[in-house]
Amino acid sequence: MKTFAKGIHPSYCKNETKGLRIVEAIAPLKVIILLHQNLGASCEPLVKVGDDVALGQKIGETSKFVSAPVHASIAGKVTKIEKLPHPCGTNVLSIVIEGSGDDSRKLENSIFESRGIENISHLEIRAAVKEAGIVGLGGAVFPAYVKLSPPKDKKIDTILVNGCECEPYITADHRIMLERAEDVVKGAKLVAKACNAGRIIFGVEANKKDAIKVLREVVRHKPEEGIYDGLEVVELATKYPQGGEKMLIKAVLDRAVPSGGLPLDVGVVVANVGSCVAIAEAVFMGLPLIKRVVTVTGSGICEPKNLLVRIGTTFKDIIEQCGGLTADAYKVIMGGPMMGVAQYTLDVPVVKATSCILVLAKKDVEEEKIYPCIKCGRCVRNCPMNLVPTRLAAYANSGKFSDFDEWGGQDCMECGCCVYVCPAKIPIVQLVKLGKLKLRQMK
Amino acid sequence: MNILAISLIAMGGLGLFFAVVLGIASQKLKVQEDPIVEDVFSALPGLNCGACGFAGCHDLAEKIAAQGSLDNLGCPPGGAKAAAAISKILGIDAGNQIEKRAVIKCGGTRELAKERADYNGVKNCTAAELVGGGAKACSYGCLGFGDCETVCPFDAIQVGPDGLPHVIEEKCTACGLCVEACPRKIIELVPCSNRIVVACNSNDKGGEVRKACKVGCIACTLCVKTAPEGYSINCNLARVNYENGDSAADSAIAKCPTKCIVRL
Repeated sequence: MKTFAKGIHPSYCKNETKGLRIVEAIAPLKVIILLHQNLGASCEPLVKVGDDVALGQKIGETSKFVSAPVHASIAGKVTKIEKLPHPCGTNVLSIVIEGSGDDSRKLENSIFESRGIENISHLEIRAAVKEAGIVGLGGAVFPAYVKLSPPKDKKIDTILVNGCECEPYITADHRIMLERAEDVVKGAKLVAKACNAGRIIFGVEANKKDAIKVLREVVRHKPEEGIYDGLEVVELATKYPQGGEKMLIKAVLDRAVPSGGLPLDVGVVVANVGSCVAIAEAVFMGLPLIKRVVTVTGSGICEPKNLLVRIGTTFKDIIEQCGGLTADAYKVIMGGPMMGVAQYTLDVPVVKATSCILVLAKKDVEEEKIYPCIKCGRCVRNCPMNLVPTRLAAYANSGKFSDFDEWGGQDCMECGCCVYVCPAKIPIVQLVKLGKLKLRQMK
Repeated sequence: MNILAISLIAMGGLGLFFAVVLGIASQKLKVQEDPIVEDVFSALPGLNCGACGFAGCHDLAEKIAAQGSLDNLGCPPGGAKAAAAISKILGIDAGNQIEKRAVIKCGGTRELAKERADYNGVKNCTAAELVGGGAKACSYGCLGFGDCETVCPFDAIQVGPDGLPHVIEEKCTACGLCVEACPRKIIELVPCSNRIVVACNSNDKGGEVRKACKVGCIACTLCVKTAPEGYSINCNLARVNYENGDSAADSAIAKCPTKCIVRL
C-alpha cells in the first residue's frame, strides 16, 4: 500500500462518529462572522452596524490577491462590528448578525446550473470560486481560487483530492465522501478544468474502506461524464500525517515538494474533499461558503455528531445541540488532537477552518512533567519533513533564531509527531511554532 | 640529579627565549589605540549586556570616542555616573541625566486577577501570548512566566510566589532589556524619584477590567479630578505625569477605588 516515510500511528478514536449521518444543525439566531478566516489578508467589512443583510450576502472583502470574501450565514441585522476572539487565539475584527429567523430568501441560482462541466470556462470557475469565498476546508484555509490560478509557467498535470483525514477523532470528510461522493467528483472535475489538468486522483486512507468503495463506484459507473482520463481512487496506508499535502504527493506520485515550495512546483494541486463539494455547490448552485461539516466529538460531549453548521455559529450553540458537555469535560479543542487549538471560551464562532470541535474529559488530558532531552532521536526518526525537531526546539527555546532558520525550522508543518513520540514530553512542536513566529516577526 | 639539572636548564632556557621573543613582539607589533577609547571603556560598567545596542562595552566606547559626544549613545546600566565620567573624559557637558528603574505596570496577582483557563503550554510569556494570551482573563496583564527575569543580566527581576515579577531597585540598571522582552509591554522605565505609579496596563473599558481583575484601572477619572496635575487618562488608562513629581499625584492614592495607584 502506498504511503510516505516516517510518521506515527496514533489511536484514531473515529468509531464514535464515523457511522453517524451528517445532520443539518438548527440555524442560530446570532452569528459571529470573523473577517479573517483564510490564510493571507483579512477582509474589510462591506456593511455597517444597523444594516439588514440577506442570507448569503457578501459582507467582507479585500482587494489583496491571497484572500477570500466572507458571507452572511443567516439573514438579519448587523448589531456589532468589533474585535472578538478567533478560535486560533487572537482577537480579530468581526461582524455580529442577529437573525430575524427569516431564511426564506432564495439564493440566486447559478448561470451554470444547466450547463455541463465541458461548457464552463476555467475563468468562469475561478470567478465563481472566488466569489463564493471558498478556502481549503481541510484546515489550512488557503484561498481556493489562488490554487486554481496557477502561474502560466507552471504546468499542472494532476489534481490530488485529499480524503485522508488522518487526524484522530475527525470524521467530517469521511461522511462527505460517503454521502456526497457525486459532488466530490464533480468538484474535483471543476478543479481539474480550472487548472487544465488531465488526471484526478482521490487519495483515501485504508481505514475508510466504505468511502473508497463508494468513490470507486461513482468514478467507474459514470464514464460518460468523465471527459478526463485517469479518474483514480488510491488506497493509502493509515498513518499520520498522511493528509499533509506534501506527504500525500509523496505517497501517491512519489514527487517531493521542494523546501519552501508549493505543490504546484511539482505540477500538482491538492484539494480537500470538503472543498470539492463547496466548489461544486458554488459553480452549479451559486452557493457561497456559509456552511461546513463539523465533527463534534470527544469524551466530554454527551451526544457526538457530524453536523452541517453555519459558519459563525458559536461553539456554545453547537455543543448545546449535541447534548451539552459532560460533567467532567475539561478541554475544548478546535480541530483534531494533533494539530488543533485549545479554546478558553465557548463564545468563539465556527470558522471556515473548523473541521472538528473536540471536547476531552479530564481523564483524557494529562499534564505531564517535562524532562530533559535524552537524545534518543525518536523525534528525528518520526519527523515526516525530515527535520531534527529536538535541535529546532532547543534553538527556539534559547532564542537562537538564525540557527533555527538554518536548520529548516520554517519547513515544519506543525504536525506534532515529535511531541507524540517524545519520552521526555518536551513541547517540541510548540517551541518550533514559537520559533517560526519569532522569525516572521523579525523579517 | 643530572636529569633534574638538564630539565631545569632546558625549560628555563625555553622560557627565557619565549619571554624575549614575546617582549620584542609586543613592542614591534603594538597596536596604537586611541587613549580616549581606553578611558571611556574603563568608565563603562564592563557588563557587556548589550543594552546600548552595540556588541559590548568596548564597541560602545569606540563609537563614543569616534563621535566625541554622548548624543544618541549611552549606557543605560552606567546611568548618570558613567555619563558624568565619560563627559569629563571627552570634555563636554554631561547634561541632565535622570536615573531610572524598571516598573511593572500590573498588580494582578494570582489572588486578584481572574484566570479564564488552565494553561498547559510552553512555560514562557511569548509562547503563552501566542496561545490566545495565556491563562489570565485580562489581555493586558502580566503572564507571570518571567521572560523579564530570564533576560535580565543583573538578576534584578524575580517572579515572586504571587505570580508577578518584582524589581529589585538596587540591582536594576534601567538597561531596558526587560521592556523589550515583555510580550505585553507592561514594563516601563520610570525615574527613580517617582515613587507613585499606576500598576495597571489595561486599555479595556471599566466593566471589562472589573470582570477580569480586582486591581485594574477602570478609568473612573477620580485621580484626575482629585489631582489634575498628577494624572492624565489615555485609552481607558490612568497615567502618572512623572514630570510633575510625586507631590502632585499624592492626594489621589487614597481616592482610587480599585487601589491600582500604588506607592513603591
